[in-house]
Parts: sequence; C-alpha cells; structure tokens
Amino acid sequence: MNFFLTVVLDGLIQASWLFIVALGLTLVFGVLKILNIAHGSFYALGAYIAATAVTTVAAHGLPPSFGFVAMLISVALIGSAIGLLLERGLLKMFYGRDEVVLLLVTYAVFLILEDATKLIWGVNPIYATQPYELFGNIEFAGLSYVGYDLVLLPVSAAIGFLVWFGLNRTVKGKIVLAVIHNEEMSVSMGVRVNRVYAVAFAFGVLLASLAGALTAPKISMQPGLSSDVIILSFAIVVIGGLGSVEGAAVGAILVGLARAASVHLMPQAELFMIYLIMAAVLMFRPEGLFKRETARRI
Amino acid sequence: MKQGLHPVVMLLLVAAAALFGRVLPTWTLSLATIAASNALIALGIVILARTGNVSFGQGLFYAAGGYGVALIANAWGITDALVQMLIGAVCGGLLGIVIGPLLARYSGIFFGMLTLALSMVLYGALVKTTALGGSDGFNIGRPTLFGLSFTDTREADFMLYAVSVVTTGLAGIAATILFRSELGLASLAVRENNLRVEYLGISSNWVVTINFAIAAVFAGASGSFALMAQRHIDPQFAYWTTSGEFVFVAVLAGYQSVAAVFVASLALELVRSFSNLYLPNTWQLVLGVFLLGVILFLPRGIGSLWIKQRRKRTDPPLTAVTAQKEAAQ
Repeated sequence: MNFFLTVVLDGLIQASWLFIVALGLTLVFGVLKILNIAHGSFYALGAYIAATAVTTVAAHGLPPSFGFVAMLISVALIGSAIGLLLERGLLKMFYGRDEVVLLLVTYAVFLILEDATKLIWGVNPIYATQPYELFGNIEFAGLSYVGYDLVLLPVSAAIGFLVWFGLNRTVKGKIVLAVIHNEEMSVSMGVRVNRVYAVAFAFGVLLASLAGALTAPKISMQPGLSSDVIILSFAIVVIGGLGSVEGAAVGAILVGLARAASVHLMPQAELFMIYLIMAAVLMFRPEGLFKRETARRI
Repeated sequence: MKQGLHPVVMLLLVAAAALFGRVLPTWTLSLATIAASNALIALGIVILARTGNVSFGQGLFYAAGGYGVALIANAWGITDALVQMLIGAVCGGLLGIVIGPLLARYSGIFFGMLTLALSMVLYGALVKTTALGGSDGFNIGRPTLFGLSFTDTREADFMLYAVSVVTTGLAGIAATILFRSELGLASLAVRENNLRVEYLGISSNWVVTINFAIAAVFAGASGSFALMAQRHIDPQFAYWTTSGEFVFVAVLAGYQSVAAVFVASLALELVRSFSNLYLPNTWQLVLGVFLLGVILFLPRGIGSLWIKQRRKRTDPPLTAVTAQKEAAQ
C-alpha cells in the first residue's frame, strides 16, 4: 500500500509540471493548428533564464525566496515577449501553408534555439537549487517529501483551473474557443483572428517557459533538455487529444504515473512505456482520448 | 518526375556519377556517401508523401536496417557491402510490411505522430539493451566487395561511394517509374481524397501500405549505408531528430523531382560540413536558418529551381480568414 502511494504521489508530482508544458502545446495546436516542435526549447529556455535569475539573486546575497519570485517574473516577461516576437515576426509568414511545412518551421526554430541556448549558457550542466529548499521537507504518510515538489501540485492545478475558467467562463475565452472550433465562422462574426493567434502562441510559450522555471531548481540544465521534454509532451497531448485541455490533464497524469511506476519497478522501460501507452491509445482512439468527432469532406 | 528523360539516359547518368568519384577529392567521398544514403531515405519519404502521409519516424527503419546488418554481420561474418545493403533493405522492408497495414488507417498529423512514437519505442528499447551496447552502441568491421577487401582508405571510401550512389540512383529510377505507374497515380488520388478512391474500387489502405513498405525498404538500405560509412551504430539512429533531418531533406527537395532529392541531400551535407568547419557548435543554428530560408524563398523546394510548373498555379480559395490576414499585412 505504501509502495502504491509512493508511485501515485511521485507520478502526480511528475504530472504537475508535465501538465503545464502540455497545456501550452495543446492550446497552440488548438488555436493555430501548429504542432510546435520548438515547445520543448521554450521549456529549456525558461529553465535557463530561471537559473540565471536565481544565481544572480543569490550572488547579491538576497534570500532564496527573492530568487524564486525573480525567476517567475523574469521568465514570464521574457517568455511571452519571445512568443509574441516569434509569432508576429516569423510564423505569420507561413500561415495557410501545409501543416507539415509549419511543423518544419517550428523544427527550424527548435534547431536555432538549441544552439542559441548553448551559445549563451554553455554546454556544462547548470544548477539553480537555492529555491528547492524554500518549503522545507514535508512528512506525508510516513515518507519525507521535498516541500517544493508538493507545492507544484496545487500550483499546476491552479494554472489548469485558471485556463479552464478563462476559456469557458469569460467572453475573451469564448472567442478563443470559437476560433478553435470554426475559424471561418468566427472571422465572419468579426473576430480578429490575428490577435487571437498572437496571444495564444505567446501564452503557449509562456506556459512552457513557466514550467521550465518551476522545474529549474529540481534538475540540472544541459543540452538535450528540450528534445526530452518535447517528446514527453507530444506523447501527452496525443494521448489526450490534440487541442483538448482535459486531455492534456489526463495525458499528463497517465504519463506521470507511467514514468513513476517504471522508475520504481523497471527503470529501463521508462521511455518505452510512455510511447507504448501512446501507441496503444492511438490504436483504439486515433484522435486521442478527448477529441470530439469532426465532420469530414467527402 | 522528369517526364522527358528515358530510363536508359538516367542509367548512364548514374554510372557517370559513380565514376565521377574517381576524380573527387578524398574528403568529399564520405560526404557524398552520406548524402546519397540520406537521399535514399528521403526518397522513401517523398514516395510516401505522395499519399499525403509524412512519416516522422523513418528512423525506425533506418535503425532496423542498421542494427539488422550489424548483428548479422557480426554473427555470420558477412562483410560484403552489397549483401549488407540487401540485408538492411530486407530488415527495413519486413518491419514496414508488419507496421504498414496498422498505420495505413491514419492520416495527417496522427500518422506522423504514430510513426514518431514507434521509432521512439525502438529508441527507448535500444538505449536500455545492454547486450547491444546500450546508448554507446557497438562497432563493426570494414565492408568488402565481391571478396575484395580494401586496405587503402581512399579505395575503401570510393567503393562505398560507388555502391551507395549506384543504389540510390537505381532507387531514383525505380521511383520515377513508380510515379508514372498506376500505383503512383493512385497514391496522388489518395492524397486528394481517400474516400473517393475507395468508391472507385481501389483500397486506399493498400496503396498507403505498399508505399509505406517501399519507403521502409529504402530506409533500411540507407541505414546499412550509414552503418558501413561510420562502422559504428548506436540508438541515435532511431532518435526523432534523426528522422526529422530526413523529412528536412524531403521538404528541401520539394515533392516534384527525384533529382532534387539528391541535390537537397548534398546541399544539406555541404552546409553541415562547412558550418562544422567554420562555425563549430552552431551547425544546428545554420541548418535552422537555412531551412527557414528555403521554406520562405523556395516554397516548392529546390526542385522548383529547374522544374517549371506546367499548370498555372491555382491560388488557394479566398476565404474570410485569408482575406482578413491579407488585409492585416
């Protein structure tokens, strides 16, 4: 029983940050119909920026809580700015082209960002562990957990709730949903799709980099981070159904639990397990768990 | 597809390209070998793309071919380059025939994601298989040809160059014949609308499966060339960025010319080795900028430089969305 609880809790901790990354990916796909390969790079970018912020604050002798706040603010600002710049400056030029072409455009962005992060932060592992001790250790069911990990759970749930609430209970969110469901019709009703695109993409980048910042104290930042994360978040959104917020949540929990279970039972099977789940879901529900049926052209 | 060129002329061109290797400087030989091998796998992607499906997991068959050859070569002492290539093609093809029918039901982004997932399953399995060297992989010996072993490195490089260029050239000729065949035309119809193809009495799943298997055969052979050129194999063969590069070559080439695939592959290798030389550590950056440039300025690929569009380009229908976007620009 205790073992079961450990796996579930570890899985949920994993799921909490994976959900934030996948949420951004799925929103960008829903609105812009772009499967963004560079999404993992934004996660890595967020993590690196957070590391710089944390170490700068620490170098000035300020307490780690300042570092925590500084990293969130700097990542939020830089992340959304980069998102806006990329959408307005680059992606805009390729709208209306084949979805594979757009996929390759984001692949090019991935390649560029991969080397750009290497140029700025080097290839050696970077650590920013100061905020990790911020919330102390918490005893739970006879096990000792790092408080920071457990804090991620409500944070992630709150972000999920805010996005759900924003989309379903506000006028602006309803407009975004309208664009997701039928772009053509919403334009005819006077929606400025360009703005929705820009905001949605920037928000997606913001979520990815925020997830990067939140996990930065837990991990070591080094090259290869982005391709690992994008592979996980692809699996999540495909399991859940591309463009679905609920799907991202369920997919993140499934992938988180699968990772935790395989780490405890069969460490060698981790990546294998996740992609096996994804392949199995696609075999039986090709559109993912939460995708609604759409009409097709005959 | 060049409609005008006769297959015999193409054969002569391939032979000329292979013999041209005699006068090439040594450092370009291995570069051209890799370019030919990448062109072969990208050709498979182009063939498959004619049915409207883009595979982001050709690394699966690339690795299957490479590992299959490496294991059989080490177990039975088979070193002949041609036999190794055939083993690679068979390994890739067998896997393609098994997976093809399962994937043929999917289309668009889901097809791409599923192929990517399968290649990552193989990657994950290979990394953790210590018997195959785990993430470090293992080495194999130098290939031979018709019982001759090559001790001189230039001769060995030329042999591999010639075999890979001839193989890729023959595959290219086969592809042009395929494109003009009934199956090739049915593939284009499947891309346009698979339901209508079904109404005409052709199984669209069958068309996709056949094309998928051909692409897998090419990918397997390509994997064996990569193995012979590096004399080393590791799970990176199956990683998604490897597959991404092959799609990159296919898109760079555009989907209208077989020759463009070779040019694109060679261009990519040249860009890579030059940026490796002059801008070490930033070749990915150069590659990304190069890719963006091609997509932006040559929307129909490198092939559009010398192939004139016969039909007048049909503009996409003006919809409310495009109208608003144009107004905003």
